[in-house]
Amino acid sequence: MNRLDSIEQSQLKENIPSFQPGDTLKVHVRIKEGNKERLQVFEGVCIARKHGGARETITVRKVSFGIGVERIFPLHATIVDRIDVVRRGKVRRAKLYYLRALRGKAARIKERDFRNKKHQ
Amino acid sequence: MISGIIGRKLGMTQLFAEDGTVTPVTVIKAGPCVVVQTKSAAGRDGYNAVQLGLVEDNPIKLKNVSKPMRGHFEKTGNGLPPTRVLREIRLDGEAEVSVGDQVKADLFTDGDKIEVVGRSKGRGFAGTIKRHKFHRGPESHGSMSVRAPGSIGQSAYPSRVIKGTKSSGHMGDARVTVKGLTVAKVDAENNLIMIRGAVPGANGSLVVVKKSV
Repeated sequence: MNRLDSIEQSQLKENIPSFQPGDTLKVHVRIKEGNKERLQVFEGVCIARKHGGARETITVRKVSFGIGVERIFPLHATIVDRIDVVRRGKVRRAKLYYLRALRGKAARIKERDFRNKKHQ
Repeated sequence: MISGIIGRKLGMTQLFAEDGTVTPVTVIKAGPCVVVQTKSAAGRDGYNAVQLGLVEDNPIKLKNVSKPMRGHFEKTGNGLPPTRVLREIRLDGEAEVSVGDQVKADLFTDGDKIEVVGRSKGRGFAGTIKRHKFHRGPESHGSMSVRAPGSIGQSAYPSRVIKGTKSSGHMGDARVTVKGLTVAKVDAENNLIMIRGAVPGANGSLVVVKKSV
């Protein structure tokens, strides 16, 4: 497996901030229109992070005009230009699929409290 | 020119292209191989081929090589250390290589059309659904034929089952060739060939990568 790791290592991106499920992210996606390229922002809650080296993916969920929209991004793919962490959420599990059944106030996530903690 | 190389399947991963597309690839540690014997149509073998040996990181100990095999390697006269794996690659014309020459992954370039010969994963004694993609029967309302094959023929005539009728039995662990594969990337430095798509066999199993005819 060592050999495979070295292949995946070379594909890893370095500009990925540390974030966890529950955090609100801004994913800047490269979009090609004709031969022009622009960035589109997809902002939502990260509800799952599926690890696996270069094959790692994140699921980002937002509610757009009352309709839930989820996008799965290959974290290390070239179409993901960069990721900004907007808000850190406090959640108790790694996969937040329960959010799909909730809407409005019930789907809120408490902000993580960093007081009395040295760093995170 | 030699048209094939022996390798071991390492596993699958994916490659990202500049335009954002993802290519699923199988990584093969190919070679380095060494030519152990050449066969020629003009000679006593009657056909053109080379016999390749796979040079591994942990070579086989001499005490574990049988005497006839030791003789086979000694006959090369080049002081070749014995290899665990020997495979023959048929050639169209006379072999333009001599015993002791190395064959490496740089035999292939990105985009080459290839075929891969491997040994498929053994599935043991498999039923007709897994082995021949039969449909299953109903599961409820008293059905007792969920995974049963169903009818396997007629009655009084012919009073027997026709030969070759698909049935349950041993599945897998057989030589499988997949044609029309493409080389996605070659890492000659590390002897790696990345092939777009899947390749028969388990991780770590032996494969022979050949140029498409």
